[in-house]
Amino acid sequence: MSQHFVSVEGLSREFPHASGHTTVFEDVNLNIERGEFVCIIGHSGCGKSTILNVLAGLDEPTSGVVIMDGKEVRGPSLDRGVVFQNYSLLPWLTTLQNVAFGVRARHADWSREQVNAHSERFLSMVGLSHALHKKPAELSGGMRQRVSIARAFATEPKLLLLDEPFGALDALTRGVIQDELMQICQHTGQTVFMITHDVDEAILLSDRILLMSDGPNAQIAESVRISLPRPRNRADIVNHPGYYAIRNHLIRFLVARSHERPNHRQPLDIDPALDASSSQANNATSSQVNSQHTTHNTTSRGNISC
Amino acid sequence: MTLSLNTRAFIVSVVLLVTLLGIWEAMNPVAPSSGELSEFELLMGAADQQARVPPPSVVLSHAWQELSNPFYDAGPNDKGIGIQLGWSLYRVLTGYLAAMLVAIPLGFVIGMSPLMYRALNPFIQVLRPISPLAWMPLALFIIRDSEQSAIFVIFICSVWPMLLNTAFGVSGVRRDWVNVARTHELGPLRTAWQVILPAAAPTILTGMRISIGIAWLVIVAAEMLVGGTGIGYYVWNEWNNLDLASVIFSILMIGVVGMLLDAGLGAIARFVQYRE
Repeated sequence: MSQHFVSVEGLSREFPHASGHTTVFEDVNLNIERGEFVCIIGHSGCGKSTILNVLAGLDEPTSGVVIMDGKEVRGPSLDRGVVFQNYSLLPWLTTLQNVAFGVRARHADWSREQVNAHSERFLSMVGLSHALHKKPAELSGGMRQRVSIARAFATEPKLLLLDEPFGALDALTRGVIQDELMQICQHTGQTVFMITHDVDEAILLSDRILLMSDGPNAQIAESVRISLPRPRNRADIVNHPGYYAIRNHLIRFLVARSHERPNHRQPLDIDPALDASSSQANNATSSQVNSQHTTHNTTSRGNISC
Repeated sequence: MTLSLNTRAFIVSVVLLVTLLGIWEAMNPVAPSSGELSEFELLMGAADQQARVPPPSVVLSHAWQELSNPFYDAGPNDKGIGIQLGWSLYRVLTGYLAAMLVAIPLGFVIGMSPLMYRALNPFIQVLRPISPLAWMPLALFIIRDSEQSAIFVIFICSVWPMLLNTAFGVSGVRRDWVNVARTHELGPLRTAWQVILPAAAPTILTGMRISIGIAWLVIVAAEMLVGGTGIGYYVWNEWNNLDLASVIFSILMIGVVGMLLDAGLGAIARFVQYRE
């Protein structure tokens, strides 16, 4: 029996079609610890969303198991909250009713006042106290995603699953909601598994980033530790010496190495920031090296666009 | 000066109405009456050598007379328009309600289960195109009651649009909303009640509006067949009496009541409508 909070073992998923079947991913192994924020990055078609759906219990793997908190995951559960990319709010309910929908499902014995007070508390955490009685159609995309996040947090799941939650938002809104999410997670110690395409977002939020090789037959190649200190701040984090080491490592993987098939079952555990600081420590005598290092970083920053 | 679109449309409507009534009135003048005629003279055809459509002025004065005392009851063949419409509404609403109780739950089953959809589809496709009045003889034989047979005919004509629209609305509910219900551990009944019903409600209401329209069309024909009471019987009875003013008046009343029924369901449809 593993002692990880979530452990995924030997997961694979095949989709049948007219001529045989496609194996989207196979032999996926990953662990999530309690209170950890884990992001998963990979090119389209590597099956990230399918893995998340399997974790949510909305999809069944062809083989392999997901164990959470000592129990096998079978079917959806309130213990695993999901925030979908397209918000998935019920359009005939108001903001408050949408969150209360989740709270009532969790606490069937609560009175209406308890449910509403609980829901309002979580809506105020995402700054939506002024929009309690608006319908989703009257809200902007960012506000809708906040409602969706509030609904997920309000049910207090053991594991929160986020499927590219900020993909459809503009950059400014995305930044604001990322900060809110980071704060709430800091307060609640929420365990989170999130899909993203945005490398900077992943570094800002995660404790660990899982890198997937390309599909079909995708696997998790590396588990990259993000050992940047918390609390993090988007403006200052880029000045941390380890930041660009991590970023460059991720980008290089996605650009150059993601099509290679990993020849190991468990993802490699990598800490680019640690490697960077140790190599820095070796060369610490020369300040010139340090400045070179920074120039190297700034140039590479210009190159990155994927 | 520019009037709002509504005001201008209203003016055009009034002009059209006055024009059409004017033409109708001009083409069908009231026969020059030579004073009160005795029943004998009437029977001998002394009144008018040519049957005419009564002009609007006659219809209107007749309507006024009928509407000022809509609930009088002077024997089997002489009842107020309110009583006749009341009977028709009673039959329509009873049959319609029974159809709702069958069509909406069954529509849910068909919409949620591809197996049931495929299994029941052949029956629906064969039964749906049958004119509801074709059921009348069979209904009369089996039920042995003209009143209930009329209600059955309303039931059978209302059931199809509601059934098909419910099934269509239920099967078209967005996967994401169903997933929301699943991740919140809602049971099948609560999912149906809290997610699928509100999501499919606009489509179901469309079916209900189509059904009430058809039911109101069919009741007139059904009552012409079963007789006794109701607006359909009233129209036919007045035709037998050669009272064309009453026929025209009751045609108008059928239109007005049908419009009100549709408007009522339209208001409910607006209430359950949602924007995505």
